[in-house]
Amino acid sequence: MSDPILLPAALAAHAPALLVAVPLILSTVAAAQPSGRFAWALAFISAAVAFFCAIELFAATRGEYAIVSYAMGGWEPPFGIEFRIDGLNAALLLLLSATALVTLVFGFSTVEDEVDPDKRSLFYSAFMLCFSGLSGVAITGDAFNLFVFLEISSIGTYAIIAMGWSNDRRALTASFNYLVMGTIGATFFVIGIGFLYMATGTLNMADMAARIAELPGNRVVEVGFAFILVGIGLKAALFPLHLWLPNAYAFAPSFVTTFLAATATKVAFYVIIRFSFDVFAIDSGFVQNALTYVVTPLAIAGMIIASAQALFQADARRLLAYSSVAQVGYMLLGLGIATAAGVTAGALHLLNHALMKGALFMALGAFFYSYGVRRIDDLKGLGQAMPAVGGAFTIGALSLIGVPFTAGFISKFYLIQAALQNGWWWAVVAILAASVLAVFYCYRMLVALWVNPKPEPEHLPNGHVRKVPLTILVPLYVFALANLYFGINSEFMVDMARIAAEAAINGGVGR
Amino acid sequence: MGAHLILRVVAKLLIPLIFIFGFYVHFHAKYAPGGAFQAGVILAAAVIVYGLIYGMDAARKAVPPWAARVGMALGAFIFAAVGFVSLIFGENFLDYDVLHPDVEHARGQYLGIILVEIGVLLTVTTVIIAIFYAFAGRSPEITEEEW
Repeated sequence: MSDPILLPAALAAHAPALLVAVPLILSTVAAAQPSGRFAWALAFISAAVAFFCAIELFAATRGEYAIVSYAMGGWEPPFGIEFRIDGLNAALLLLLSATALVTLVFGFSTVEDEVDPDKRSLFYSAFMLCFSGLSGVAITGDAFNLFVFLEISSIGTYAIIAMGWSNDRRALTASFNYLVMGTIGATFFVIGIGFLYMATGTLNMADMAARIAELPGNRVVEVGFAFILVGIGLKAALFPLHLWLPNAYAFAPSFVTTFLAATATKVAFYVIIRFSFDVFAIDSGFVQNALTYVVTPLAIAGMIIASAQALFQADARRLLAYSSVAQVGYMLLGLGIATAAGVTAGALHLLNHALMKGALFMALGAFFYSYGVRRIDDLKGLGQAMPAVGGAFTIGALSLIGVPFTAGFISKFYLIQAALQNGWWWAVVAILAASVLAVFYCYRMLVALWVNPKPEPEHLPNGHVRKVPLTILVPLYVFALANLYFGINSEFMVDMARIAAEAAINGGVGR
Repeated sequence: MGAHLILRVVAKLLIPLIFIFGFYVHFHAKYAPGGAFQAGVILAAAVIVYGLIYGMDAARKAVPPWAARVGMALGAFIFAAVGFVSLIFGENFLDYDVLHPDVEHARGQYLGIILVEIGVLLTVTTVIIAIFYAFAGRSPEITEEEW
């Protein structure tokens, strides 16, 4: 590892382990005691530690094919579990921990508002488990270990989604639905790993990649890839496996929706990239075929159909959830293009989409905090009543449409460019059609927000209006302004995505 | 002491034996099938039998719900903390060799697993008890008359 930039060298050497282990151990401390505030502080500390470790790892992986490898328990890979960080997952880890840190500030007031007092410390404990599991999925270089972390994050996720029940009992069925679907997905994934283990006799991804290269045309390996693609596709909400997502996002507490929308499907998307390009080689025909003939049509269908479904939603968060399914389609389209430019565009959209959905869901959380409203009809006139929150929401919505000078424009621009380089004009048509649909559904919300008189207080479901505290406004504007900043000053994000794509395609774990 | 006299007497005789058997399964796992998961369930079964026969209030007195909650977290904490000990000694996370100087015979690994198993035992026992409390302690949301 190169010279540490932030942490003392003794800690920097163990940054990969600390990033995952600190949230894990603090979640047990949080679960044991009754105070929600104290648990929040622990969660914040764990996210801050993870953030510092992620910056450290990000800096250490900036060089050409630079890799940080950490042998768990001193057992050297490929026999022991290896944590392996390259340009691809360093960017994801940075996104994950930064999002956790910012949304936790947002959670300080909204969780107190939306979660029962006696459940708050358990809520933060489950959140830390989820966060630790997601970082574990992103950081590990061992295929089976990835499955274990996937399950850790899923269990935490089911619990925190179900915590929305004190506002809306449908959160329980939404969470149960996700539990059943998520378990099926994880089972498919582990069956796929089983096939690969059978064919290669190893679980370390780098080792596996080297051995798969020696087995061209092996049917067991191909079946393993198919199982992994379907299993993780379910977690990534790849259309038509997205059915768990709209309800889970719509009924979870605002904090959970914000965090999951910005991170959960992204981590699954990362796993697809890792397996398609690193563990399997794109030049082997069946991966290329799977991406071109399976992933690309589904991605385009998802973009169009989910955007169209978003048009007809009454609940604002459900609308954005369907839009998230469509955005996953954009990312997977980048993957389906399967060139360096395509994967760069996909990774770029992954990062930018986290920024826009973070801002949008936080703004909806702020409206709920003040006015207790979730439906689009009830948003009428709130722009006049809460101009600051309405402004941030508008920035997020414009970025979602892809208006120039926002982050959303940059990633769509790169995606269209990548599609044109391949000569896929029909993909460009699909991107533009989905963007037009995005204009319509964002227009619906923005019109409700701004083109109506300020609502009269007696119509409020809550009885009184609460002022939005700074703990909501500051993280909201961090996300909203990031959308503008990275829309104008896009080099940082584009470089990050380009290095990530190069790490995936050229660097590769096995090469 | 009217109803279920036989049950009460037999339970009183059996419960200590169940506990001993639970610890036997735990500590004998090095030589025979068993381990912290099985042992934890057996220990929890003793508390559950007590709760079934003497009533929930008696069981809650013996193992208070807060103790179950703390036990769950403490067990997992012990498990993770053993990994952190090796970090403190400057080795990689989960490297149990630091726990004992005799690296050649892997005494540290042996010690590490024993400590981890204690954490597992604690967590499994208290989780099963907590699940029992959660189900048995539920009052029906709709009273019988309203059906």
